[in-house]
Amino acid sequence: MSEYSERDIQRKVSELEHESTTATRIFDLRRIIGGLFVIYGIIVMIAGFTASDAALRKAQGVNINLWTGLGMLLLGLFFLVWLKLRPTAPPTVPLPDAVPDEKPE
Amino acid sequence: MQTPTDLAPVHLAAGLRLPTNGLDYTILGIYFAVVLGIGFAARRSVKTSLDFFLSGRSLPAWITGLAFISANLAATEILGMAANSAQYGAYTVHWYWVGAIPAMVFLGLVMMPFYYGSKVRSVPEFLLLRFDRSAHLLSSILFAFAAVLIAGVNLYALAIVVQALLGWPQWVAIVVAGFFVLAYITLGGLSSAIYNEVLQFFVILAALIPITVLGLKKVGGWGGLTDKLTAAHGHDFTTAWGGTGIGHTNPLGANWLTIVLGLGFVLSFGYWTTNFAEVQRALSAKNLSAAQRTPLIAAYPKIFIVFLVMIPGLVAAALVPTIGHPGSGLQYNDAIPYLMQELLPNGVLGIAVTGLLAAFMAGMAANVSSFNTVFTNDVWAKYVVRNREDAYYVRFGRLITAIGVLASIGTAFLASSFSNIMSYLQTLFSFFNVPMFVAFIVGMFWKRASAKSGFWGLLAGTTAAMVNYFVIYKHGIIHIPTDQGANFVSAIAGFVAGAVVMVAVSLFTTPKPEEDLQGLVYGTRSPGTAEPAAVGDDAWYRKPALLGWGAVVLAAACYIPFSL
Repeated sequence: MSEYSERDIQRKVSELEHESTTATRIFDLRRIIGGLFVIYGIIVMIAGFTASDAALRKAQGVNINLWTGLGMLLLGLFFLVWLKLRPTAPPTVPLPDAVPDEKPE
Repeated sequence: MQTPTDLAPVHLAAGLRLPTNGLDYTILGIYFAVVLGIGFAARRSVKTSLDFFLSGRSLPAWITGLAFISANLAATEILGMAANSAQYGAYTVHWYWVGAIPAMVFLGLVMMPFYYGSKVRSVPEFLLLRFDRSAHLLSSILFAFAAVLIAGVNLYALAIVVQALLGWPQWVAIVVAGFFVLAYITLGGLSSAIYNEVLQFFVILAALIPITVLGLKKVGGWGGLTDKLTAAHGHDFTTAWGGTGIGHTNPLGANWLTIVLGLGFVLSFGYWTTNFAEVQRALSAKNLSAAQRTPLIAAYPKIFIVFLVMIPGLVAAALVPTIGHPGSGLQYNDAIPYLMQELLPNGVLGIAVTGLLAAFMAGMAANVSSFNTVFTNDVWAKYVVRNREDAYYVRFGRLITAIGVLASIGTAFLASSFSNIMSYLQTLFSFFNVPMFVAFIVGMFWKRASAKSGFWGLLAGTTAAMVNYFVIYKHGIIHIPTDQGANFVSAIAGFVAGAVVMVAVSLFTTPKPEEDLQGLVYGTRSPGTAEPAAVGDDAWYRKPALLGWGAVVLAAACYIPFSL
């Protein structure tokens, strides 16, 4: 039973990092946030356009659905535009110099 | 003032049922579908145990940074901090500007190079490298225990809130929330936990901003709010430091020294720098620069989120001056649900309910996803079933996730004996996190600290904090007016005891050989782990030092209007 040494753990984690597939296979979260907030924004804005007097009175005379919906819609669009302007980076192939970067033993 | 132990458990008032309709439930339903969809979509990115437990150390800084803040912005924090504000007033800002920002900046600038650079997969694993197996095992088990307990607190709080607001029976809320958390973490591992946390961050903002704006409008703006509160509670209620001189009395039951030392230094550094549920988010970042920026990016929203929880709490205190006392029908924890009921029309109400539920689930998921990592990597793979193939540990991680969720359902009932959810959490943190922080700070900055000192420091610190809380405070040997004040003192006691014992043990035992400390102690570098800077990381707005000091200056500046 040897003590764990720093080198064992670093070697193990380095190996796993090379086999890891998260970077290449994970989807881009910006698309999900953008999509969800555009949908939410539209739903809540519709509720704002059709707001009853009682709803307006409750919210201190502010059409809070309209404003919140607009804010959410803009946030959603921001993420979609960001995704459009800076698309997901193509899967990075392990750089040739990354592999022999193992520590000298 | 009331004795905290005699208060009723955290039940929300019965009259808080929200007038939800189909529109609100549609909004909630869409969210649950997306949460599950993220779990399924993230599943195909999981191949190795590193993918499952640390997202393959590959996420960008903005995602890990927002997940870092979100893991902390659980619903217990939101309701608890609003409750703090309704009870104690503007002192709540201390939890953010003194009690979070300096520690987050310290984590990013000073500690992260050791954490990330040493390639450890968890906080206890760092203790294994720096000290020895006994310190490692003790901290792993304490952490796993605390994580399940806190996940249970979230689940219990969710159940009573959902019961009060939506009328669902408690067991339905527990089963539904538990199932969704279980499903998305088992499927996608940490990646799906983190992605859902980022989503939750934006939903909770969309919920809190309308509540804050309408609440302020209702009481006549900030001026109207302070006038009402000053009339009812005195001038100190809306200031940060009023009445905190030593020997003065204030509702918080703490003076400036215990605030700065207990909350600002010991409790907050303990929580932010060694709580693995937080640190794990930074360890999943794609390189050292992104890992350093994780808590720094989180610091900026943290500075301003206090307004979104404190103002609703203050507004509730202004509208219902007897809140928290028998007769008003409202507990302090009801502040935000009360405003939701009073102010939000259907639509935004659905967003607010969704945000609250999302925050409960994210708070629980953060603890479950850190629990499964520590239990699998630090307990199971090192002491029970060693040296199996990597796929075995991914399977085991999925199994232990299910067990962790079931265990946290069990612990949910432990949470029922405290009136203020936040004090309960902080009591636990002072028992578990503070000694960990002692071991880190002494171990990182003092080369001489020996392998054995870690274990004894952890043990002594935890014991001292518990003795202070359960014997000295609860039995009234020293009079401390409130639970919160006692928490601060327990934290200081745990810190001092841990540090003294570590120094004493180190002086009588042999130090670790110098070559085993490379990259673990301040002033050393780990050989062979230096990585080239990623393209674009030299941009000025990505410089950790600038981001960090910017946050500290901004937080200090925020104090100015509250100190006059």
